[in-house]
Amino acid sequence: MSNFITETSPNRPYYTDNDPQGDLTTLNLGPTHPATHGVFQNVLQMDGERIVSGVSTIGYIHRAFEKIAEHRPFYQITTLTDRMNYCSSPINNMGWHMTVEKLLGIEMPKRVDYLRVIVMELSRITDHLICNGILGVDTGAFTGFLYLMEEREHIYEIFEEICGARLTTNIGRIGGFERDFNDIAFAKIEKFLEKFPPILKEFETLFNRNRIFIDRTSGVGAVDPETALNYSWSGPILRATGVDYDVRVNEPYSSYQDFDFEIPVGTKGDVYDRFILRNEEMWQSLRIIEQAMEKLKKEPKGIFHADVPEFYLPPKEKVYNNMEALIYHFKIVMGEVDTPKTEVYHAVEGGNGELGFYLINDGGRTPYRLHFRRPSFINYQMYAPMSGGMLLSDAIINMSSLNIIAGELDA
Amino acid sequence: MAKIANQDITDKLNTKFGNQITAISEPFGLLSFETSVTAISEVLSFLKSDTELKFNYLTDITAVHYPEKKEALGVIYHLHSLTNNVRVRIKVFITTANPNIPTATTLWEGANWMERETFDFFGINFTGHPNLVRILNVDDMTVFPMRREYQLEDPNRIDKKDYFFGR
Repeated sequence: MSNFITETSPNRPYYTDNDPQGDLTTLNLGPTHPATHGVFQNVLQMDGERIVSGVSTIGYIHRAFEKIAEHRPFYQITTLTDRMNYCSSPINNMGWHMTVEKLLGIEMPKRVDYLRVIVMELSRITDHLICNGILGVDTGAFTGFLYLMEEREHIYEIFEEICGARLTTNIGRIGGFERDFNDIAFAKIEKFLEKFPPILKEFETLFNRNRIFIDRTSGVGAVDPETALNYSWSGPILRATGVDYDVRVNEPYSSYQDFDFEIPVGTKGDVYDRFILRNEEMWQSLRIIEQAMEKLKKEPKGIFHADVPEFYLPPKEKVYNNMEALIYHFKIVMGEVDTPKTEVYHAVEGGNGELGFYLINDGGRTPYRLHFRRPSFINYQMYAPMSGGMLLSDAIINMSSLNIIAGELDA
Repeated sequence: MAKIANQDITDKLNTKFGNQITAISEPFGLLSFETSVTAISEVLSFLKSDTELKFNYLTDITAVHYPEKKEALGVIYHLHSLTNNVRVRIKVFITTANPNIPTATTLWEGANWMERETFDFFGINFTGHPNLVRILNVDDMTVFPMRREYQLEDPNRIDKKDYFFGR
């Protein structure tokens, strides 16, 4: 162990396999290993196939978002949040909008809340689809992944219809959406709600009672609730250990309290539990979307933003023809609007856990300080300690099921 | 919603720590207060272990820099009591000359990387931390980039000066 972490470079360990008769081998897993699905480096000390210890090295795609955010007006920070968890960027976007709306005290119309819930739950499904599909690939079952990718494509088409973008969506604005959902978008959501359940069912039939899959995943990376809480885990991996903490229920935002859904929890917290739990969450998301579609029918049509002219950009034709609209447009773009000098913490349930935004505002054009509580960053720190004693192939599927997204890890 | 009122938490803290708890406020219903660097370990461990409060979940540790203040660096803890469903925010202000604060890794394993990140960007020295080294930035970086004196862009650029925008 003495040559494991060197004094000179404690964060970037390298190994000196000088002793040819030594029992342990050094393995550099990453930073660009095909099995890690992202820029992760783990330097592992191996005894045959078994990991003795490891060190995680992160920061390869650090882009200083918090520093950049201090120099940008609120509405330009949305694009930064896109690039954190790029598997479910709409949740990040909405979380940021809601943080600013909380700061400014904007009350949202119910219809906007429901539209947001639809977008967020769709992106939760894309996030879980990726994670569970990839877990299938890593355990040797490629078919399920291909089935699911087709459905993810359909969700991306819905996003495209709503905002024009697919992956880094920049969806919505502070105070609502930039435009109303069109009829094609609603038709695509309806079609998705009809077509997706049988495919998810088929996916579950492929995996849930599959002997090979269960043998491969059951008992791997099992975590007890005390350890998970001690490491500040959140999201599906925390719920798989049996803790029923979900921000949507604990601190309902965007009218989640109006919906009837369940929070699935696991028992053992192993890879299999996490897989089953994510599938179940997709069913619950579908339930929520169906309810939201029903509720939308009762809401007055055409409302897609709150009435806050100081913060919500007016339509362009009004800017050119209408005095007030021009003034507001100018004030918003130039940052001349007064904002309260206070601080706010707002959390949403992201694809991986509690995604928090801590914003200190000094009344200026830009945030004084903005901190992202990134679930991937906090969830990942247990990875290296829990890998000790595991087989290398188990550690790989353990990483897949933690669903660490490099963009969110490094911010 | 929250099963314990902010007032009850403040009362408990005041009886236990007296004048060590200052600047109590509730922005957007989230109880915030300041404490001193000598008391922070006690406060955290009291909040975590108190049988009624049970702030057993460490949500976040971060920092903020106010260069014009005497105690310029603020370390900010967010705790969450999952059983009572209530959050609390604790701030400790320290000087840039002596940026030492006791670590929270003795209470939560999860504090390890949060403190490393805070050290990496603000240079807060968490005394007693098992491995306080940079985490996101490169090892040979000599500055703490989130401090306010370090500008985002080349300071010689003039096209983004405030006076071009009437400010």
